[in-house]
Amino acid sequence: MKMVHAGRCLSGILLRESLRFVHQRERFIAALIRPLVWLLVFAAGFRSVLGISIIPPYETYISYEVYIVPGLIGMIQLFNGMQSSLSMVYDREMGSMRTLLVSPLPRWYLLVCKLLAGTFISILQVYAFLLIASAFGISMEPLGYLYLLPSLIVCGLMLGAFAMLLSSLIKQLENFAGIMNFVIFPMFFMSSSLYPLWRMRESSELLFYICSLNPFTYVVELSRFALYQRFNAEACIITLIALAFFLGAAIYAYDPARGMMHRKTAGGT
Amino acid sequence: MAQNSLALEIAGLSFNFGKKAALDDVSFAVAKGQFKVLLGPNGAGKTTLFSLVTRLYVSARGNIRVNGADLRDAPLLALAQMGIVFQQPTLDLDLNVRQNLLYHAALHGMEKKHARERVETELARLGMLERQTEKVRQLNGGHRRRVEIARALLHQPKMLLLDEPTVGLDAPSRRDIVEHVHRMAQEQNIAILWATHLIDEVFEEDSVIVLHQGRVCADDSVARVTAQAGAANIAAAFDRITGYTPA
Repeated sequence: MKMVHAGRCLSGILLRESLRFVHQRERFIAALIRPLVWLLVFAAGFRSVLGISIIPPYETYISYEVYIVPGLIGMIQLFNGMQSSLSMVYDREMGSMRTLLVSPLPRWYLLVCKLLAGTFISILQVYAFLLIASAFGISMEPLGYLYLLPSLIVCGLMLGAFAMLLSSLIKQLENFAGIMNFVIFPMFFMSSSLYPLWRMRESSELLFYICSLNPFTYVVELSRFALYQRFNAEACIITLIALAFFLGAAIYAYDPARGMMHRKTAGGT
Repeated sequence: MAQNSLALEIAGLSFNFGKKAALDDVSFAVAKGQFKVLLGPNGAGKTTLFSLVTRLYVSARGNIRVNGADLRDAPLLALAQMGIVFQQPTLDLDLNVRQNLLYHAALHGMEKKHARERVETELARLGMLERQTEKVRQLNGGHRRRVEIARALLHQPKMLLLDEPTVGLDAPSRRDIVEHVHRMAQEQNIAILWATHLIDEVFEEDSVIVLHQGRVCADDSVARVTAQAGAANIAAAFDRITGYTPA
């Protein structure tokens, strides 16, 4: 693989995904409205019900709105991962996935390019969300937004790889809606997005362990610490391990010699 | 035929879906500048064959070489020399014609200026240059197919594969595309493998492979296949070879 070719391919895929994103304005608006409703409606209502104690990285009492911001960042990236995974299922059914897969570059590289493009889009969405949130007075230290960037790259790639693996397992587009409901909501609710894990432990030890095993918890914690200019090594390592696992499995699933694509191609014989 | 004059060589290729054999010991070759029709009824294995040649599937049995490059040993080199028009439309409907083509050029690692020139050349050749800024969604089926052919030729492949490219098109659009691709084989010395089940897309001067139930039943010029089948024309020969009895 020549580096120049690889670079041109990556920029082509980035441009294509960006153009598609720009053309789908409703997708952008939906990506922003969803977390904003949680932030401005749900959090406002639950502020008085859920008390947050001082736990790292916080050094003082914080409002519930501030607490759920990292979870909502994770939600944006999770939904975006699912969205691009959905578009892979759509592309595969509609055929445009084939133009990508028959390109003269290693398939693992093509899939990584696709992941990077999806992550780039999710980062745009996250910063747009943070900008709107700051207009409503929910803001962090300016440097925190900068520290957040590498965390967003790692988390976006991990969630994108997870979604890519899911897309390889789904035979038809219609099945995807069910997977979205069975995956996104459990992942979101069984994590530290909406409540600290110690609170979960008070209610149920089992749920606490499930939340501790959920990689989404570590995505949220990595962003939470990054926003306060701190590094959570445990969250970073677990997120990287999950990224390696999901990416490896997705590449395996899309490998023409070994994977599961044989059963899924529509069309003639 | 001299080895270096072959754009595509397939030898002993077999492929199964579970226990069902989709292709059984398929062997044939396409020479540079040759227009070869892969003729077979629905379900004969044409799309499976295309999926194997384009490496969407991989078979452990048999060999595929594209312009001398072995698909198993040098897949990227082989893929770089192929242009492909799939049976299903594969254009991005929300992007315009030019954006779709430039995306393809990027996937093939083409330099931007060169890519822009090639886009204009191929669109002009297919009479689509004036529509390059239109969204693909606004184009009719025939025009979309033309764009797909232009896209497949952007990187100047040695071998062009077309899998039932006229499916769903009206008669004038079909005729237009069939004639254009025939001309292209002669003028550009490009090898064409055209899969179809529509007999009227076969010209007298073409070579034809008849694929039936995953096996090659005939592989020769139209005149010879017709004569060997003892039929009056290629349509009757095809019916005879595939055992089809017209009502």
